[in-house]
Amino acid sequence: MALLRLAGRRLALAVPGLLGVIVVTFLLNRALPGDPAAFFAGPAATRQAIEEIRARLGLDKSVPEQFVYYVRDLARGDLGTSLTTGQPVLRDLATRLPASLELTLAGLALAVTVALPLGVLSATRPGSWVDHLARVVTTAGVSLPIFFTGLLLVYVFYFLLGWAPAPLGRLDAFSTAPRQVTGFFVVDAVLAHDGALAWAALRQLALPAVTLGLFAMAPIARMTRASMLGVLGSEFIRTARAAGLAPRTVLVTYALRNALLPVITLLGMVFSFLLGANVLVEKVFAWPGVGSYALEALIASDYAPVQGFVLLMATLYVFLNLTIDIVYGLVDPRVRIEA
Amino acid sequence: MSALLRHGRYVLGENPVTAVAFGLFVVLILLALVGPSLAPHDPLASDTARKLEPPSARYWFGTDQVGRDILSRVLVATRLDLAISLSAVTLSFVVGSGLGASAGFFGGWTDRIVTRVTDTIMAFPLFVLAMAIVAALGNTLANIVYATAIINLPFYARMARAEVNVRREAGFVEAARLSGNGSARILTVHVFPNCLPPMMVQASLNLGWAILNAAGLSFIGLGVRPPTPEWGIMVAEGAAFIVSGEWWIALFPGLALMLAVFCFNLLGDGLRDLIDPRRRT
Amino acid sequence: MMRVLGTLVLSAATLLAPPAPVSAQGRQETLIVIVESGPNSMDIHGVGANRPAYQASWNLYDRLLTYGVKRLPDGSRMYDYNSLKPELAESWTLAPDGLSVTFKLRRDARFHDGTPVTARDVKWSFDRAVTVGGFPTFQMKAGSLEKPEQFVVVDDYTFRVTFVRKDKMTMPDLAVVVPAVFNSELARKHATAQDPWAMEWLKSNDAGSGAYKLESWKPGQDTVYVRFDDWKSGPLPKIRRVIVREVPSAGNRRALLERGDADISFDLPPKDFAEMAKAGKLAVVSHPVENAFAYVGMNVKNPPFNNLKVRQAVAHAVPYEKIFSTAVFGRGVLLTGNPIVSLTYGHDLFPSPYKTDMAKAKALMADAGFPNGFETTLSFDQGFATINEPTAVLVQESLGQIGIKTTIEKIPGSNWRNMLLKKEMPLFLNAFGGWLNYPEYFFFWNFHGQNAVFNTSSYQNPDMDRLIEAARFETDPKKYRELVRGFAKIEITDVPRVPVYQPLLDVAMQKNVKGYQYWFHRQLDYRQLSKG
Repeated sequence: MALLRLAGRRLALAVPGLLGVIVVTFLLNRALPGDPAAFFAGPAATRQAIEEIRARLGLDKSVPEQFVYYVRDLARGDLGTSLTTGQPVLRDLATRLPASLELTLAGLALAVTVALPLGVLSATRPGSWVDHLARVVTTAGVSLPIFFTGLLLVYVFYFLLGWAPAPLGRLDAFSTAPRQVTGFFVVDAVLAHDGALAWAALRQLALPAVTLGLFAMAPIARMTRASMLGVLGSEFIRTARAAGLAPRTVLVTYALRNALLPVITLLGMVFSFLLGANVLVEKVFAWPGVGSYALEALIASDYAPVQGFVLLMATLYVFLNLTIDIVYGLVDPRVRIEA
Repeated sequence: MSALLRHGRYVLGENPVTAVAFGLFVVLILLALVGPSLAPHDPLASDTARKLEPPSARYWFGTDQVGRDILSRVLVATRLDLAISLSAVTLSFVVGSGLGASAGFFGGWTDRIVTRVTDTIMAFPLFVLAMAIVAALGNTLANIVYATAIINLPFYARMARAEVNVRREAGFVEAARLSGNGSARILTVHVFPNCLPPMMVQASLNLGWAILNAAGLSFIGLGVRPPTPEWGIMVAEGAAFIVSGEWWIALFPGLALMLAVFCFNLLGDGLRDLIDPRRRT
Repeated sequence: MMRVLGTLVLSAATLLAPPAPVSAQGRQETLIVIVESGPNSMDIHGVGANRPAYQASWNLYDRLLTYGVKRLPDGSRMYDYNSLKPELAESWTLAPDGLSVTFKLRRDARFHDGTPVTARDVKWSFDRAVTVGGFPTFQMKAGSLEKPEQFVVVDDYTFRVTFVRKDKMTMPDLAVVVPAVFNSELARKHATAQDPWAMEWLKSNDAGSGAYKLESWKPGQDTVYVRFDDWKSGPLPKIRRVIVREVPSAGNRRALLERGDADISFDLPPKDFAEMAKAGKLAVVSHPVENAFAYVGMNVKNPPFNNLKVRQAVAHAVPYEKIFSTAVFGRGVLLTGNPIVSLTYGHDLFPSPYKTDMAKAKALMADAGFPNGFETTLSFDQGFATINEPTAVLVQESLGQIGIKTTIEKIPGSNWRNMLLKKEMPLFLNAFGGWLNYPEYFFFWNFHGQNAVFNTSSYQNPDMDRLIEAARFETDPKKYRELVRGFAKIEITDVPRVPVYQPLLDVAMQKNVKGYQYWFHRQLDYRQLSKG
């Protein structure tokens, strides 16, 4: 109950931030150089035709007026219509968000499976060659531009070796999407007992997830190492060791559990960062997520999708932080959520 | 100070990776200073008769689509890339730490406003925010720097706020106050310098990120103007040539970019060790 | 979460297995098209329907008329501008006074929902095209199709169009993409008081009678079409299913084609087409884009480019050959001394005399009063950066040698049209192509004093206007030729824009894809294609 109340208070505190996001996005969009009316009036449009379209899009109104209309629509849950896809932004985002989340979670999961053991390993042997190697490898992963890593992986694993499937989004051209339960194709296909489809979806997911994962390894490994080092040097570990507990038990049950706390906080940050970094990976892999959607819209000066995307990300960010705080509270009862 | 130096030498000796990174850093700085005079060819001169040539004795890194020497372009670009990231990081460092430190020191309304602003920025998908800023203000060098600085701002502001907050009530601050120093003086002379070390680590890590950010902007066409050589834009342009087999166009600027980012990241790590009290004992 | 994690690790280990074979039967009858970006509407009349939307409309909808096909000397096929063929109309007769045309509709034509296609549907569709404004209305007007009163339902299967004036563009204009025939009954069901033409519904739904039905459309991902087996307006197409996939990265598009995972694509950089044509693994078919050329434009309203000598200096400084080999990779026809490849366009009567000649360019600059040159900006559309950027770099370098210092300005695609409308860019790279293949049509939009958006140089010259207007309604071939030669000569002498090359429309496909045909809209018509 107390947790709920605190969560509510945290949410209330997030409202001004979200309002700030709405205002800034709106203004930034209006400052974009393109003129959607001219863009969508077609190549042969006369000035008059453009003015007609401008009026139809409501762009002939003053900026404050447009803002009032925007907020009013927003309150009704109407995020506007994308001029690039011709669909309501809310529907576009809803159909595309699972793709982005699936990719981001898969990338994060990959990064954690590699980086967490690496971090622990480094912490148990600080200064050894393993430690240095782990550092060099993870740092190298974060040092390449993410789009370059993606293109390189496609070139090597698809074009040269033919191991990976074509970078054609979430499924190859001949598969149909599974019935939507979670929106994650791999999970949905498993739920539908369609092994072949799950496999197909997984293969499509592999390269983009690796691209994203490479980028997320460094901070996770670094934080795990630092946190483990801190914990391993503390009194209770020394006591546990002195009490003759098996090194494995000490390491996993005592040290790792305690070292995980800061890592969890970091995971939240990395997750929201990856959702943003997705933009370029999605572009390279034709992944039909919200990032590539926002990118195309931004380039076309298509206001509504950009605004919708940023708002969605900001909301996700708020909820993510809240979840982290709650998880934090659950993992470590000593921590009380501070409002 | 000499203790710090000694400690530094110890860390470098203990940690060969940091030593290598430090060496790389020196090389990068040297290249930024003298790169243009080392370039064997004019980095802007096209030679369409020798376009898309693979690496050779004449063109070590090959040539690009209009026959420009890639080695020369990579060398000359060092200065610009370092300048972009250094100025962006300096800007966010100065503004961010200034805001954060005042917030932490004075508390109250200052604190509330600064916290709100940083929270708002943090809630944005940062790369998209940078994209939007550059798209809205126009893709000039200055705007790329501003965009990068803005998305880095919250990190410094938060860090400075936290560090100052911890020291606000410290004994030496109390002492300074009692001896008649004003708040501004206490903050700038007594408190802030003590917060610098952790912030320098952040700065070093951010340098790498700033370069990557500029490269990402170039990839979607919001980078510096042609024909100026810049690593990110060279990689982005070369990316289209990978499948057709002209790997050298993207690879060499990509490597330069990676080395620089790599170097800043490792250096940041090393700096962290240097100031980490746990390592010092 | 941990379970998912475990699965992921396992699969990453077994990922390197060979791909499962795809059903060969399905592959044979399915065409996979890859594009850079997809349609934003299924309705060609929709606000801001983009170019890919032409393709959707062309395949989903039938028109009264279509164009015939001709074989070119190289064996490739091209639509024949001079021959109109029946589609939904079985036959048509021009009134003796030449002021109306009556169409007999085929009686067996059905919409995708099974209802017959009648003259009422044709009228509803044409009324819609001339009423909704924007591009469709504009395109109809180009053929003097201006108001609903012109379209008359005689009976269910007879339809008449009365002319407001005799115009040689009226009939050809009935076979372009815009006068598509919609299922009016179906559409009306979805019309509202605010939206009498069902714009909202038709944007994402199919109400056509074309050879292909819309199976699914995921904007930004893919569009899937299936053959309409009751299609009667022509021989039943061979391809049963068409999947149009959006692949934003050019490198990936090439990789997909080369590895055989896609069948056909227009959207590749010229370099890729050049290399694929040479390698011979894929078939590359090319046609010069009719009535089109790429140019270096100058704003003649403002100094310094209001000075003819400066413009001529630029025309002599443009590095034609370098641009052609380096930026365009030879995928076009160079226009220095060569006539444009077209049946009708004016340049075949008056080829561009300009060649790269730096000495002459320098002399002209001195003559013009700019011996030390000047500074200006060179702008181009970021959306076409693949060709424009190297071109801009070469032009910049070359102009630098005659003292013109340029700053390159990349303008995002969304703002490009805006910049063209403003007409403030002093120096820029651009291209133009027209659907209706008449020189006076091209010149009317590009050089007429009405200063349309395509008149990017703001060129205004009463002599030019007079010749263009006279040519539009001139029926005597000899006089017509003289008029065309006249305005072409003015353009080349006054050189508001420097013609550089005529682009090629390239398409790369697997060797087993047969039947490709060039269309004026430069989109793919699935009906003629087959996989051997």
